[in-house]
Amino acid sequence: MADGNITINTSRRFFLLAAGSGLVLAGCVTPADTTDGAPAIAAEPAKPAAPVVDMNNFVAISPDGTIRIMAKNPEIGQGIKTMLPMLIAEELDADWSKVVIEQGDADQKRYGQQIAGGSFATPQHWIPQRQVGRAARQMLLAAAAARLAVPVSELTTEPSMVVHAATNKKIPYGDLVADAAKLTPPEPATLTMKDPKDYRIIGKSMRNWDSPKIVRGEPIFGIDVKVDGMKYAHFVKCPVFGGKIVSANTAEIKALPGITDSFVVKQVGTSLMGLLDGVAIVGDDWWTVKEAAKKLKIQWDEGAAADHSTASFDSQASALAKAKPQAFLGPQGRAPTEANWAASEAAVNGAAKKVEASYTYPFLVHAPLEPQNCTAHAKADGTVEIWAPTQLPGQGIGLVAEALGVAADKITCHMIRCGGGFGRRLANDYMVEAAAISKQAGVPVKLLWTREQDTQHNPYRPGGYHNFRAGLDGQGNLVALTNHFVTFGANGRALGNATSPPTEFPSGFIANTTYGQSLVPGNMPTGPLRAPVSNAVCFAYQSFIDEVAIAAGKDPLQFRIDLLNSPAAAVSGEKGPMNAKRMVDVLNVVRERSGWANRAPLPKGTGMGVAFYFSHQGYFAQVAKVKVEQNGSWRVQKVWSVGDVGSTIINPINAHNQVQGSIVDGISEMHQKITFDKGRTVQSNFQDMPLLRMDYAPQIDSHFHISNNSPTGLGEPALPPVLPAVANAIFAATGKRIRVLPAVQSDLRWT
Amino acid sequence: MTTYTLNVNGKTQTVDVDGAMPLLWVLRDKLDLKGTKFGCGIAMCGACTVHLDGEVARACVTPVSSVGAKRVTTIEAIGETKTGQAVQKAWLDVDVMQCGYCQAGQVMAATALINKNPKPNDKDIDMAMQGNACRCGTYVRIREAIKTAAGVDTKDTREV
Repeated sequence: MADGNITINTSRRFFLLAAGSGLVLAGCVTPADTTDGAPAIAAEPAKPAAPVVDMNNFVAISPDGTIRIMAKNPEIGQGIKTMLPMLIAEELDADWSKVVIEQGDADQKRYGQQIAGGSFATPQHWIPQRQVGRAARQMLLAAAAARLAVPVSELTTEPSMVVHAATNKKIPYGDLVADAAKLTPPEPATLTMKDPKDYRIIGKSMRNWDSPKIVRGEPIFGIDVKVDGMKYAHFVKCPVFGGKIVSANTAEIKALPGITDSFVVKQVGTSLMGLLDGVAIVGDDWWTVKEAAKKLKIQWDEGAAADHSTASFDSQASALAKAKPQAFLGPQGRAPTEANWAASEAAVNGAAKKVEASYTYPFLVHAPLEPQNCTAHAKADGTVEIWAPTQLPGQGIGLVAEALGVAADKITCHMIRCGGGFGRRLANDYMVEAAAISKQAGVPVKLLWTREQDTQHNPYRPGGYHNFRAGLDGQGNLVALTNHFVTFGANGRALGNATSPPTEFPSGFIANTTYGQSLVPGNMPTGPLRAPVSNAVCFAYQSFIDEVAIAAGKDPLQFRIDLLNSPAAAVSGEKGPMNAKRMVDVLNVVRERSGWANRAPLPKGTGMGVAFYFSHQGYFAQVAKVKVEQNGSWRVQKVWSVGDVGSTIINPINAHNQVQGSIVDGISEMHQKITFDKGRTVQSNFQDMPLLRMDYAPQIDSHFHISNNSPTGLGEPALPPVLPAVANAIFAATGKRIRVLPAVQSDLRWT
Repeated sequence: MTTYTLNVNGKTQTVDVDGAMPLLWVLRDKLDLKGTKFGCGIAMCGACTVHLDGEVARACVTPVSSVGAKRVTTIEAIGETKTGQAVQKAWLDVDVMQCGYCQAGQVMAATALINKNPKPNDKDIDMAMQGNACRCGTYVRIREAIKTAAGVDTKDTREV
């Protein structure tokens, strides 16, 4: 840092700092895919590619004992910058107080896949990052063995120290690095990892690495980047998705005070999340360029999307729901047929009792608090340097390469801390815009969006319509269930993340389930929002299951457990990858912790509801307690959350923070919507896209149920169940079902 | 363009800008104080919270022409006050942060609260902090950190 600016030094500073004066570990580690064959999430851009890296640089130890660890993934608030280095430090047996964490640049050849998404990081790195640390320790042990002339087997380590117990000799790591640096790193397969009972770092609460800088207001976010000669840019796109520019008064704009340039930028490629037509305004400070846009006169060709409206979507969806599904959902090669659908429908029709309900949820915007921004410098020598808060830098580099016509290896991308991600920054439209504006303006620029632009140009979480029918036998057992899911898409294909899993529970747990799908035609930009697909579908299914339990006269929590315990009796339904026993366990624990059995005497207007969900390999069951006032306003008083994400909670203080945040985020989503009219997004800023506030955030009891499974991620799986748990609690409190989100559309008044 | 003389973090600063320019952009783009954040531009999120003569103000809707001789305090200098330092320490001890983007504003709002009301209860916290949104949802910890900084019992006393 100098003069309050981010110091820009990209010349492999991490590598050079230690080279020549200490050990730089070339880890020789290939990140293995340890996802145990679990299904890829529905977020198309977030699928982990097969690792191709065979050499990484993650650890450098200096003679003074400082241990520099490179954080390889983008940091968006999920805590990965702190957590991945913990894995290395543990197996290195590092003294954490001597560790310095640095953020790596985008460089997948060096670091492997770099993404913040899909809760992938924990399962992907649990073994490889520990192997890096173990390999470094092995080299230090070998160096110490040579110096002491004793076999390695007689040596152990204490934090940052090799110990020869027989002679009571201790050598600090820093004293060994010169010798260790001459050794060849061991093969990962030859390494024996620590016994978990000996962990000194994993399982201990380590504070968010960047927090001291954050509370001092240091400039560490994308929006804070400043480079020499930089100008500020504002970019105005068509309010209708994909609209084209006919003309714009850029000469007039360029003449305004404080404005140095203004020009039209043309679309490249076909993606709505790539470079689109727009007008760039460049100047000496951001407020001035943003204000100058008020004088812009642009004639747009709005294109085919100009007729999109939520009102029309709703009526089309309603008409489709009355007809037979256009398609039937099933795993590839085993897609159910119309005959399966007919059989399941017949089973519902013939059941002793029928339950039918339709659930609807709206489009949503991500709204990370830091609006989209990027600093870019398209240089005269044909190279491009980018400073971007991004969750998926590789995709952005690809967009820039295409739009600017440069080879990807001419592009350097520095990953800057993101002021929130939530999936928004898996798309890199703002990155390619900044690069294109810099190229055309011939200067480095910092592009910053307004909140209104951030709300209106977004890969939205798609809305959806679920039309359920269920049949119960005479004993109240669920025997058949169908869902006609109406979503958005074209040519038989749903838009990105506008899907509903073919294996959704209770598929595979009861005799007859078939899920159908129909498409409302539309071409809106859609994409993954934290816990993609799950954040939407869970609300519908886990609310409807609650309705079924009530209709069956059963306890809603026990009803779920009974279904999970039922032998797989699939006739037409497909069973998903969820391990039913793990889910039963978390349900049992949340029943205990929440005092579920003793909830009967709650006063009218107060209720408790339950839901569970399996996503991103995590198992979560949650109970919500909600108080509904007589005027219909409501507040979640408390949420009990029990999660099973495997054998080890790597950084507990952050793990609970992720759960707490997921719960607040989920409740927030119950109040939000994005609607369209004349092809435009109606909402614009936080006055009509509300975020949950302090006074409405509930108390949270977050608990992890430890199981004998490899650790999995926590950025997402705690979110989905809170929406139906709250909705089910509102039903318990008032007898009124929330079948449409946002919840404000339901009249919850009672007397 | 008009010349304005401002008192920012105890230093006299002179800027030559349009009087309508919000204090936020004077701080960020003219004075290179980037700790104060932009979130909405309409005083709905609190990311831009600063103190004017010790009172909470949203810098994104405060025209520089309206600042006058008021003392501007930003996150960069809040640690120079006893309360500010206690709030910063509590924020670290409780490990409030997720993405951290809103937290400068949260720290500024919390410091102003404790300066006025050294022993805030849950209702006071609800009132004082409503204007500061945290998209990551760290409210449970913000509440705990405020109480920690104020040295009061951290138990959440709201109705359950």
